[in-house]
Amino acid sequence: MGVADFAFYAFAITVLASAILVVFSRNPVHSVLWLILAFLSSAGLFVLLGAEFVAMLLIIVYVGAVAVLFLFVVMMLDIDFARLKEGMSRNLPLGGLIGVVLLMQLGLLFGAWQEADGAMGLRQAPTPDASEVHNTRALGQLIYDDYAFLFQAAGLILLVAMIGAIVLTLRHRTDVERQDVLSQMYRDPAQSMELKDVKPGKGL
Amino acid sequence: MISADLSIALPEILLALFAMTALMVGVFTGKDRVAHLVLWATAAAFVILALMVALQGAESRTAFGGMFIDDAFARFAKVMILLSAAVVMLMGQDYMERHDLLRFEYPVLVALAALGMMIMVSAGDLMALYMGLELQSLALYVIVAIRRDSARSTEAGLKYFMLGALASGMLLYGASLVYGFAGTTLFDGIISTIADGEMPLGLLIGLAFLIAGLAFKVSAVPFHMWTPDVYQGAPTPVTAFLSTAPKIAAMALFARVVFEAFGTAAADWGQIVAFLAVLSMFLGGIAAIGQRDIKRLMAYSSIAHMGFALVGLAAGSQQGVEAMLIYMAIYVTMNIGVFAFILSMSRDGRPVTDIASLNMLSAREPVKAAALLVLLFSMAGVPPLLGFFGKLAVLWAAVEAGMAWLAVAGVIASVIGAFYYLRIVYYMYFGEEFEELDRVMPNLQWGLLMASSVIMVVGVINLFGIESFAEAAAQTLVR
Repeated sequence: MGVADFAFYAFAITVLASAILVVFSRNPVHSVLWLILAFLSSAGLFVLLGAEFVAMLLIIVYVGAVAVLFLFVVMMLDIDFARLKEGMSRNLPLGGLIGVVLLMQLGLLFGAWQEADGAMGLRQAPTPDASEVHNTRALGQLIYDDYAFLFQAAGLILLVAMIGAIVLTLRHRTDVERQDVLSQMYRDPAQSMELKDVKPGKGL
Repeated sequence: MISADLSIALPEILLALFAMTALMVGVFTGKDRVAHLVLWATAAAFVILALMVALQGAESRTAFGGMFIDDAFARFAKVMILLSAAVVMLMGQDYMERHDLLRFEYPVLVALAALGMMIMVSAGDLMALYMGLELQSLALYVIVAIRRDSARSTEAGLKYFMLGALASGMLLYGASLVYGFAGTTLFDGIISTIADGEMPLGLLIGLAFLIAGLAFKVSAVPFHMWTPDVYQGAPTPVTAFLSTAPKIAAMALFARVVFEAFGTAAADWGQIVAFLAVLSMFLGGIAAIGQRDIKRLMAYSSIAHMGFALVGLAAGSQQGVEAMLIYMAIYVTMNIGVFAFILSMSRDGRPVTDIASLNMLSAREPVKAAALLVLLFSMAGVPPLLGFFGKLAVLWAAVEAGMAWLAVAGVIASVIGAFYYLRIVYYMYFGEEFEELDRVMPNLQWGLLMASSVIMVVGVINLFGIESFAEAAAQTLVR
């Protein structure tokens, strides 16, 4: 067994084990930490496949941004996870049954799987030869050149998501005092202050 | 190459630029004070773009490596989408304003939804299909929930979002299976791999998942469960929008996928679509009988109508597609008229949706009642109104394609469905005296109600020449 094989099994087993622990650990913060481990090991798998760019992306975007965001959300929101899991024992038999049936159907599908004659050629058609082009460059060419239309459409979808979040949640509250910098700066001592001459031994 | 591509997708690019500009104008100027202006500008932009699309010439062009198709079929659907969206948005302006819902984001979101629909009907690739579908759906989820202090509207938005996400998941799963088989997501690539019409099991399951996802978007039974709740919960102008433009887009996309990507295996998907059609026609007709709320009733009515449109698709012929397009055009025109009336239903300024409130409408407002009568008869498919010819066209296409049983089922379902339309007519003309509805109706809504009902009568002469356009559109799709 070569080093590459050993590395593959080490990463693959870590991914599976940490994925299982994400679901089963009782403390949600631990779940997120296991999730980060799963991401890191999957990044290792991508490196083994020769897809360094995706591996870096996984670490920078998923571990660096998404998982940390998850961690904050889990810690900040006061969610009672025990209550969320309450219905699980009741729904488990039915859900499990559906899962088993689906799994069997997918097994059937996998057993009878066949692909079209020219499928492999068609699949390779959009990508340049891996030995000639660096995969970061190849990805860039696909996303920004060939699939520019889809890329822009995806941008519009994100724009809609942003507008939606603002429309549905932003409230302009009128009952809170806000800082108004201009009115602060233009305050005039003559109007806002009154000098009183307090005589000794007397109040105002 | 890129400039040629961009010029083909010019209407879409202009609409995207318009939406972003309108958003900026709204944010940086008077906020909701400019909502009226933005709304009128959006409607004007829709009409101008519709003209631009209509005058684009007759040839079929593709852009971005086949991902974007601009042909007679796409143009027919786009013109319908843009015009109906413009009309529906203007029609609902008064309602949105009265209920303090007219925010400048509303027309912007409608514009982005329309953009998504245009991408959908022009999609030549499974990825482009998904992008268009999500752009449209996401904008719709938001405008359904736009009345955010109402539990109903929020619930409708959430329900629509959850089920929509599930449907998208199914669609993507189907798309991944199709890609796994064919090795490409381009429609013409997929069809080239099944040129002999033989579909292996894996591809068939992929196709079934794809159709399930699309059936959700056209709200065909058994993927219709969201429709009544969403129609009822959404603000009425949004309901009117939901039942017109997105339906055309989803139906056109459905036709595009089954013909462009799977056209050689028409027998395989034909039976799935026929199954969806029969269930939708019957469930739409039967479940509506118990409804007392006119918005829920319209939801079931739209399910039944989608069933009829699917009959045209199930026929799998050029004639079927042509009939489906004509049916959709007639359906949208009828729906605009009926919703113009529903928008005006109010008592002491509060919206009413109970059908009992229509009791004896004829005695108080004979003109409006007569217009509504024509529209409802047309929806039920009573000759000699336009709705009858729409139904006749799709059923005839089914008979010609050798699916006489489907046509018979359609006739039976339309007889069942006629019951609830006729019940409203009964209430209007022979009902008991009930609390009166307000008599005010904005001029635009009144005009649209009248125009729509007049079209139902006059249109039977030559369908306003729409037939030749639908025929050209069907020709480019079915080869």
